[in-house]
Amino acid sequence: MTDLETFRRETRAWLEANCPPEMRTPQEDDDDRCWGGRNFRFKSEAQKVWMQRMAERGWTVPDWPKEYGGGGLSKDETKILREEMRALKCRSPLDSFGIWMLGPALLKYGNEAQKKEHLPKIVRGEIRWCQGYSEPGAGSDLASLQTRAEDKGDHYLVNGSKIWTSYANHADMIFCLVRTDFSAKKHEGISFVLFDMTTPGVTTKPILLISGKSPFCETFFTDVKVPKENLVGTLNRGWDVAKYLLTHERDMIGGMGLGGGGRPLGQVAADAVGVENGMLADPLLRADIARLEVDGWAFQMAMERAGDLAKAKQAHPAYSSFLKYYGTELNKRRHELVMTSLGSDGLEWESARSQEGEALRAWLRTKANSIEGGTSEVQLNIISKRILDLPGA
Amino acid sequence: MALVLNEEQSMLRDSARGLIADRGPVAQLRKLRDDRDASGFSRELWKEFADMGFAGILVPEENGGSALGHVEAGVVMEEIGRNLTSSPFLSTALLGATAMKRAGGARAGEILSKIAAGQILLALACDEKSKHNPHHVETRATRAGNGFTLKGAKTFVVDGHVADLILVVARTAGGVNDKEGVTLLAVDPKAKGVSVERTIMVDAHNAARITFDDVHVDADAVLGEVDNGARIVSDALNVGRAAVAAELVGVGDEAFDRTVAYLKERKQFGKAIGEFQGLQHRVSHLYCELEVTRAAVLKALQTLDQAPANAAPFVSLAKARACASTNLAVQEAVQMHGGIGMTDAVDIGLFMKRARVGQELFGDSRFHADRIARLRGY
Ligand SMILES: Cc1cc2nc3c(=O)[nH]c(=O)nc-3n(C[C@H](O)[C@H](O)[C@H](O)COP(=O)(O)OP(=O)(O)OC[C@H]3O[C@@H](n4cnc5c(N)ncnc54)[C@H](O)[C@@H]3O)c2cc1C
Repeated sequence: MTDLETFRRETRAWLEANCPPEMRTPQEDDDDRCWGGRNFRFKSEAQKVWMQRMAERGWTVPDWPKEYGGGGLSKDETKILREEMRALKCRSPLDSFGIWMLGPALLKYGNEAQKKEHLPKIVRGEIRWCQGYSEPGAGSDLASLQTRAEDKGDHYLVNGSKIWTSYANHADMIFCLVRTDFSAKKHEGISFVLFDMTTPGVTTKPILLISGKSPFCETFFTDVKVPKENLVGTLNRGWDVAKYLLTHERDMIGGMGLGGGGRPLGQVAADAVGVENGMLADPLLRADIARLEVDGWAFQMAMERAGDLAKAKQAHPAYSSFLKYYGTELNKRRHELVMTSLGSDGLEWESARSQEGEALRAWLRTKANSIEGGTSEVQLNIISKRILDLPGA
Repeated sequence: MALVLNEEQSMLRDSARGLIADRGPVAQLRKLRDDRDASGFSRELWKEFADMGFAGILVPEENGGSALGHVEAGVVMEEIGRNLTSSPFLSTALLGATAMKRAGGARAGEILSKIAAGQILLALACDEKSKHNPHHVETRATRAGNGFTLKGAKTFVVDGHVADLILVVARTAGGVNDKEGVTLLAVDPKAKGVSVERTIMVDAHNAARITFDDVHVDADAVLGEVDNGARIVSDALNVGRAAVAAELVGVGDEAFDRTVAYLKERKQFGKAIGEFQGLQHRVSHLYCELEVTRAAVLKALQTLDQAPANAAPFVSLAKARACASTNLAVQEAVQMHGGIGMTDAVDIGLFMKRARVGQELFGDSRFHADRIARLRGY
């Protein structure tokens, strides 16, 4: 038996023994996720135990180095762990912006002290991070951001505001883009800093979304003192860090195109329209669903291939824009079809039957997929420019 | 199994790319078409395919083949697609060889050896109607003397007019649409009662209609077992589908590459047309569609190698995707070339024509999406 086969066998046995049954049911939406953080309220004891057991082995972030608390697994082992978790329907033990975004950026651009300080806390789910990129005047044109940080000798003084800051009101720390040179060209005067959300001068104000939920905030900074050692990378070179982080964010958002563990669409539709001769009685709906499944299943393979390309060092650096664009558009299409399949039953916003409009809220939430992390149009611009090398893009 | 070509496969791709671009370019297809060439493919190139081991790519070593896998076969098909090469590779080296391997027996072994040596051309005669429906078999083989009498008609038989041997899917039991009850027969096209009509197709690739009018075939014409041919046929078709999907990837990629190059070269309103965001977004979207298909096709080919019993849904996925994305690629290609894209002098239209035929071959995207829906129970 090869080492990998042994690893697979042992991993499966460990997961079977350690993943509580409650953590092997489909995760319905963002509220079911384990986000961690100083003030996180676990939804159940099982959720807490599952996170802790995985964190102990570093398997909340299996591919980070052991010295920073990660699992130290190779890409092959990480892939096997994921496959085995999927096979046993294990939920993700811990999700966070630290895992998806900040961690990879720190591994590449952070200094030793920053890695030692922040990465283990991300692995153990102790600190929850939020992302301070967008501003009212700087969305797609992110590099035009205006939040300023002035050099005050031993610290930076940050003033300005951010918007669409997801979970800022629940986060312990923020990674934030600030302007440190106002005379330079817009991409060249930006720095990447970290600070605590409890620092005096930081306030947040939740924004109500069309889904009826408030997962994001306006975030204001008034004379916020940020220690100088919290600068990541080089002063005024924060754009490099920001862009690198975005590729990881995009990979993650693109992964939503894989669809969750919910009921297969064919079954949802069968309840609504019935089945004749083993086929959905509405042939046009059946065709729409079949086409979506073709594209969705193929996209799953494209994600797998993206990982293998990265491992073989053959992936284009802007490949994440493809995954982000395609995966999010696919996810929107899927939820449109969920709504179509549910028919009028699915439209009840407040009712026990519809679980308080669960499908509706999820459908509405997906509309943000092609906006957050850079819009679909922006991803197409990036592909045009960086992959296809088209003039003027 | 990583979803990328390994080192040997990449090397094979490089040599296939070199050979096919050099000896079977689009210009060759044009010439075959314009000369109304009797065989419709280059016999010299086919000889080189045999010398390079491509003709015997799926043939076992004991029959003189190179015993490679479906990924390798797909690599060659992709280059064939890029160059719109007319070649018996699909009909003989892939469909024919797969059928012979599944059939087994001495006769099949001899044929395999000839395939590898480039000494025989085969054609699979399956379809009877204008839309692919492999279970619909009206052509009947009725027992007579020491063999059968064959009656019926086949259409869209790739390389039917150049084949030395026609592999006929004939009904020997059951009703017209039964899955089982078919037998695969090796029929000599020169036998009495066989008439072969070459059909000149839009893509200038080879196809034929073949009629069997009370043709007598001996018992030793049976490949595999009587009434039990369905598995052989479906295995051969699955290989053919995955192979055509790989060819379509090549067709789509080449149409795409040529279009991106044209966007950088053609100027209107004082700038390269590739500067217009309306076109940038469309071509970038197309890039994404082609990438998704590439993964699905490679996965299907790998599954045919690693777990052939599970391959059917993967193959359908690959073919469904390849039909759709290549169809988009060739349409966008013509549109973005403007008027010149409509001319016969420019190659881009030829890609559209081949894509149209490739889609129809062994099931279009609807056929395969439907197959997936059935497998998933809705
Ligand atoms: C649910 C959600 C969560 C988010 N979370 C965070 C977060 O945690 N932290 C954070 O910093 N930000 C976050 N964002 C913000 C997100 O990154 C921005 O909304 C996004 O970058 C778009 O910016 P904008 O909203 O200003 O839209 P705009 O840039 O104003 O875009 C409006 C429209 O114009 C199009 N457009 C703009 N420029 C171009 C162009 N050059 N070519 C073609 N079309 C163009 C866009 O594609 C879009 O369709 C979140 C957003 C959402 C919806």
